[in-house]
Amino acid sequence: MFTNRTINILIPIISVILGLLSGAIIMLVFGYNPVAGYGALWEGAFGDSYFFGETIRMVTPYILSGLAVAFALRTGLLNIGVEGQVFVGWLASVWVGVAFDLPMAIHLPLAIIAAAAAGAFWGFIPGILKAKLGVHEVIVTIMMNYIALYTTNAIVRHVITDGEDQTENIADSASLASTWLAEMTFYSRMHYGILIALFMALVMWFILNKTSRGFELRSVGYNPFASNYAGMSVSKNIILAMMISGAFAGLAGAMEGLGTYGYLASKSGFTNIGFEGIAVALLGANTALGVVLAAFLFGILKIGALNMPTGAGVPTELVEIVIALIIFFVASSYMIRWFILRFKKEGK
Amino acid sequence: MDYIIEMLNIRKEFPGIVANNNITLQVQKGEIHALLGENGAGKSTLMNVLFGLYQPEKGQIKVRGEKVKISDPNVANRLGIGMVHQHFMLVDTFTVTENIVLGSEPRKGLSVDIRKAEKEVADLSEKYGLNVDPKAKIRDISVGMQQRVEILKTLYRGAEILIFDEPTAVLTPQEIKELIVIMQSLVKEGKSIILITHKLKEIMEVCDRCTVIRKGEGIGTVNVNETNPNELASLMVGREVNFTTEKQPSTPKDTYLSVKDLYVKDVRNVNMVKGLNLEVRAGEIVGIAGIDGNGQSELIEAITGLRKTESGTVTLHDKVISNLSTRKVTQSGISHIPQDRHKYGLVLDFPIGDNMVLQTYYQKPFSNKGVMSFKKVYEKARNLIKEYDVRTPSEMTKARALSGGNQQKAIIGREMDRSPDLIVAAQPTRGLDVGAIEFIHRKLIEERDKGRAVLLLSFELDEILNLSDRIAVMFDGQVIAEVKPEETNEQELGLLMAGNSTEKAGAE
Repeated sequence: MFTNRTINILIPIISVILGLLSGAIIMLVFGYNPVAGYGALWEGAFGDSYFFGETIRMVTPYILSGLAVAFALRTGLLNIGVEGQVFVGWLASVWVGVAFDLPMAIHLPLAIIAAAAAGAFWGFIPGILKAKLGVHEVIVTIMMNYIALYTTNAIVRHVITDGEDQTENIADSASLASTWLAEMTFYSRMHYGILIALFMALVMWFILNKTSRGFELRSVGYNPFASNYAGMSVSKNIILAMMISGAFAGLAGAMEGLGTYGYLASKSGFTNIGFEGIAVALLGANTALGVVLAAFLFGILKIGALNMPTGAGVPTELVEIVIALIIFFVASSYMIRWFILRFKKEGK
Repeated sequence: MDYIIEMLNIRKEFPGIVANNNITLQVQKGEIHALLGENGAGKSTLMNVLFGLYQPEKGQIKVRGEKVKISDPNVANRLGIGMVHQHFMLVDTFTVTENIVLGSEPRKGLSVDIRKAEKEVADLSEKYGLNVDPKAKIRDISVGMQQRVEILKTLYRGAEILIFDEPTAVLTPQEIKELIVIMQSLVKEGKSIILITHKLKEIMEVCDRCTVIRKGEGIGTVNVNETNPNELASLMVGREVNFTTEKQPSTPKDTYLSVKDLYVKDVRNVNMVKGLNLEVRAGEIVGIAGIDGNGQSELIEAITGLRKTESGTVTLHDKVISNLSTRKVTQSGISHIPQDRHKYGLVLDFPIGDNMVLQTYYQKPFSNKGVMSFKKVYEKARNLIKEYDVRTPSEMTKARALSGGNQQKAIIGREMDRSPDLIVAAQPTRGLDVGAIEFIHRKLIEERDKGRAVLLLSFELDEILNLSDRIAVMFDGQVIAEVKPEETNEQELGLLMAGNSTEKAGAE
């Protein structure tokens, strides 16, 4: 009745439904009306063109950070350092954006490439440490997040500016912002970055599934011993996988730096774009299309949630709980799989 | 006749296939009863039915003459049925005793009475001559000992009927002998044993009766003392089986592989190959005989580029290939059938089709300027699957889902297809059933007859004697003797492998 493939598609969908249901129960328990609550959430994400634009704006970096995590996982690596790679990407893009004055055809691509390169470099460090010394990438990437956060702050304050907490705005020639998109969505911060994000999803799919390099990367991820036996260089592929993953993350930073904000302010804590990427990748089953869909869901929940306090009196924290519940149900996919198989057995 | 276990006309279906059909297995008290069948014939399914892991669609099970319904393994345990799994279920960092009592610990107040448990384990161990140290940690004891812990686990839970799932697959020849003694002493104490296996030699040696199943069908039960290995093999496979592969005398030509004064270190940085010399010529099979751990694995790894050498040279066609990258070695014309097919031979989570191009994926026609054509990959895979009789639902099936024999056939297909000059085959038939062994032996001889050089490493003396044109005996990192298979026998080889020189062995 169900093939493996349909089961793999069913699991995230059921997880989302279960997450939303449990969210409804929690709303009931605390005396809120779940129908009104979810209604407000829907309104907040799609209710008018401004909200829709903001949702897309939020989805954009999620797609890229999700791709970063998914790419690493597909090659057998757990990149917890997407957050840090987002920071360095953001910094690099803004730096290029404020430091030069060039024609747009050069300036914008340059700023974007700088972000990808910075993210790739931030991924290269844990990559080479793992490949050459066997240091576990999880530990290194976690620490690299902090290094990225504080280094970025220091550079913003003391190198790019003179003691300010925020850089100048980037030159228009490096900006992804679009008056056309903004006007269409009632002056939301939606920008052209969504096109880059969708294109990169295609790139990830192409690299992993269509190129011989992707074949190698996946092979090394699944079985480094057999890959070595087959003549592939395990360490080269580990480093490369971390760099590509980091580049995706760096681009997520560029989306914020060149699109949403146009500047970089020193931050007291993480943006969470990178950490949400882990959840997005998990929900999207590490596939390009899955990541895009999951990023949309997360964006809708995040932006829609902003309307829940005013629309239905439900606190935003509750939406965080619903998101956490969805992730919980995806993570316990084993349980859902078991139920599906049991259902399948009895249905026979 | 009193049967302790009766499984009558059992039928078990899975979606799309019938795993067991009309199988009857009747085990007498105090006998060792063999359950014989090829890989994938349905032996494990049948035993899982008996152990309560699966429910049969048809048929009934009787234990001590009473009809029972075994709904889960706990019921099986209560009925006195214990299973010694092929893949041990032990906690590495726990002691022997802790593993044995796990789940049914004797208690003293709130804590586990480990003293009492140790005493009980020691008593049981002594009673059946198992010789297990109750306080040893699992990670510190050998595989053979770990298996005895598994046996003790079932005995501790009061098992009267022990199911052994291919127990000898992981053991050395010496450990196999000891296991046979243990099984005999278990039977003497009134236990009954079901031995799942596809090794005919073991059945002839220890079993009283043997039930054969083939492709899920029950074929019948025979008394072991009224049969012979040939009959058993043909019952199992469904046709006549040749044990000694027919082959013409070899006509060796140019020297293809030459190893000179080779030194290789292992992972612990200890020299395992110590000044080894070896030649393999076109059109011959050279067998390496030796007891495991005398540097054979390191030699193979050095030849195939997986391990760096310390000194000395490996040359193929006058070209030095030692210390080249694995890819360069592969490109220079060497194929390698690795010892551990799961760890080295296959990416188990890749489709079997992808595994067929594991070394050639970057070459035309599979890849053009870095972009792969999976159409071409799967075309090639389908051809190889057909040619090498790999039984798989499709080329898209994950390698993991294939049986051991079919995985090995796939590896062999892939390696032969590159038209190598030298084939390095390390334990090519390990853990396979007679049908697959026969197929692989025939293929290796075919390759030899095409004028390729074959280096065969095996711990099965039968295989070495049967296939090789020349046998190199390895001891302590060196080839200490070269003999012709027709001029030697198992006794002489055994002595040589233990380090006796040719003269001494000849004198005895």
